[in-house]
Amino acid sequence: MITATPPVKEKQNYLNAEHGLKSWLLTQDHKRIAILYLIAVSVFFVVGGLMAVLIRLELATPVGDLMDSNTYNKVFTMHGVVMIFFFLIPSIPAILGNFLLPLMIGAKDLAFPRINLLSWYVYMLGGVFGVVVLLSGGVDTGWTFYTPFSTTYSNGYVVMTALAAFINGFSSILTGLNFIVTVHRMRAPGLTWFRLPLFVWAHYATSVIMILGTPVVAVTLFLLMLERGLHIGFFDPAYGGDPVLFQHLFWFYSHPAVYIMILPSMGVISEVISTFSSKKPFGYTFIAFSSVAIAVFGFLVWGHHLFVSSQSAYAGMVFSILSYIVAIPSAIKVFNWSSTMYKGSVRLEAPMVYALGFIGLFTVGGLTGLFLSAMGLDVHLTDTYFVVAHFHYVMVGGAIMGYQAGIHFWWPKMTGRMYPKAAALVASILTFVGFNFTFFPQFLLGYMGMPRRYHVYPPEFQVLNVMSSVGASVLGLGYLIPAIYLIWSLKYGAVAGPNPWGATGLEWQTSSPPPTENFEVTPVVTTEAYDYSALEVTQVG
Amino acid sequence: MASDSAVASHGTHAHPGYGELRHHFENHEQQKDASTIGMWVFLLTELMFFGGLFLAYFVYRQWYPAAFASASNKTDLWLGAFNTTVLICSSLTMAMAVHAASTGKRILLVGFLIATLLLGGAFLGVKAYEYHDKWVHHEFPGEHFECEGCADEVHSQLFFSLYFGMTGLHASHMIIGFGILLVLIWQAWHGKFTEKWYTPIELFGLYWHFVDIVWIFLFPLLYLIDRSGRSLL
Repeated sequence: MITATPPVKEKQNYLNAEHGLKSWLLTQDHKRIAILYLIAVSVFFVVGGLMAVLIRLELATPVGDLMDSNTYNKVFTMHGVVMIFFFLIPSIPAILGNFLLPLMIGAKDLAFPRINLLSWYVYMLGGVFGVVVLLSGGVDTGWTFYTPFSTTYSNGYVVMTALAAFINGFSSILTGLNFIVTVHRMRAPGLTWFRLPLFVWAHYATSVIMILGTPVVAVTLFLLMLERGLHIGFFDPAYGGDPVLFQHLFWFYSHPAVYIMILPSMGVISEVISTFSSKKPFGYTFIAFSSVAIAVFGFLVWGHHLFVSSQSAYAGMVFSILSYIVAIPSAIKVFNWSSTMYKGSVRLEAPMVYALGFIGLFTVGGLTGLFLSAMGLDVHLTDTYFVVAHFHYVMVGGAIMGYQAGIHFWWPKMTGRMYPKAAALVASILTFVGFNFTFFPQFLLGYMGMPRRYHVYPPEFQVLNVMSSVGASVLGLGYLIPAIYLIWSLKYGAVAGPNPWGATGLEWQTSSPPPTENFEVTPVVTTEAYDYSALEVTQVG
Repeated sequence: MASDSAVASHGTHAHPGYGELRHHFENHEQQKDASTIGMWVFLLTELMFFGGLFLAYFVYRQWYPAAFASASNKTDLWLGAFNTTVLICSSLTMAMAVHAASTGKRILLVGFLIATLLLGGAFLGVKAYEYHDKWVHHEFPGEHFECEGCADEVHSQLFFSLYFGMTGLHASHMIIGFGILLVLIWQAWHGKFTEKWYTPIELFGLYWHFVDIVWIFLFPLLYLIDRSGRSLL
């Protein structure tokens, strides 16, 4: 039938290939699974964020006027558990990694699509347990579950919380396993290891930590559940055990877990900095191997969490030195990113502003980490707000800034739509400013001796605490604005086109959003990554 | 599904006997390689999983050698030895099953898988008997724990915590293996595997051998600490 204006038929892509809820819940397409993760992870981010709101409200005044100490304990525990296990660990790997890894290496999918979907369901199952804990009254152990408090004295739902983290761990193991096999076996012809985008190197290193570390925390939580649930004792001295062994086992995973959260962000930053400087990353090989080095050394520093836990002073010295060493590969990255921008044509788009924010905040977070790995100073700073500020600079200033940089960078690829760039710039700057106002005062508070995990404090700490709470509301706005314009852009955003940023990766050579099979023809790679000269040739031609 | 049938028309599909080629792989070799590497990576995670328990064992045994030695004598050496033999035999029948699969002998494959299943079942049966025996003798950790003639009751209890933790985790792996075996037997009987494609059999073999090897370490660590220089009867 002929009509006056023939409707433009939208190109087949992964979003419109199939319709209906079932086509999403049973999908094996890595891109759709990434979207499933995006939705679920965002929900948990909101839950964890609301807990943070409660914490900052309570701490606005020195007295406990919003909640009692028990409730406060439960709130900061849920904040930690949700943010770490259900937001930070899956955020970049399971969303951006899932979406991009096959695209970046020119594959049709991850090696095991069914296992990929299974990992999402496992994550959701863990999440259900987490939500049940939340609704039935919570848990008050802190996210670290230290024994014997957790196994003997706590009145919260310890077993169910541990079970939630335990189940969730398997989701992370499955993702890591899938990524490793995919990088080994699914690369497009000509895509050698040293032609891989740095994002892929970062995710490979992350996956190694996931598969080696996560099972250890899984078995630790398994023992914790046996001790609390069945009184099969391992850690409580009443059963002949040693609580410090729990701390060793717990941190053997949970310190490397920090690198599970930060390495993928570093991968994002490498891509973003290179793209918005239109320049090959300075020292590609060094950035690639520094990811691997972080993964390896990250396993040898867990003892710096036990400087005041009766660990031998000699062990402490070794862990202290190793913690200094792990700063080297991190510094290599920071220097190389900075050198990449040198004499590049830097464009200050939103992803780039987030990335620059990452570099600044991560540097502060990393350097204050060195303060804490100095044993003498750590005795003064242990369990103070200095520690809280340090790891929020790494986790929020680092990992989440990287996540936002990545979401803003690849959003046009994932959805085919561009968000309003001015609003994104405002959000990125608000996030940076709000973040610093929230957490910098906490360094000062901690140094002056304010301990973490208390809902009341001496009145002289109030000014800095109010500053922190006000900063947190600005930070909250910085998260809220993107949520609005990103959803808005799904329908009203400008059509983005395949390569809106002038980036080089294979993912930009296919349409936006990509078709279900990713590429119409399997790409053959003939050049190194980040070849901006070749890009100009194809764009002119 | 839709995408699968779409790829089938691309022509890389369906070499007879090689099984299904999933749409995202270029060829059967890549598909098999991916599965095999995936299985080894999975076994690595299993190694780390058991590793945490082994670490706990070594730390506590180093600290309380006398308690561990005397408590370990409460285990039933002969049942443990019998189970070790049974499990090694089941590894042999599993290896034979993989061989039968690689030569395309269907009946033989089913036979060896059933033999593996029966030996695994025998192991679990003996284990259940041992658990029951420990339970009625109050050797299960907890309020009613008793350890007659043990030097150090608190740390003997720690030994039994580790005994139940380690053998329990091992037995749960056996039970999962048992379930997978049932599926494989059913599939093998219906001729799903050919000499060109028997990846599930091969990979399950790796898993089964891994579980076997874990027991090979558990047996001396839990049963044989203090048996030297004594009459075994």
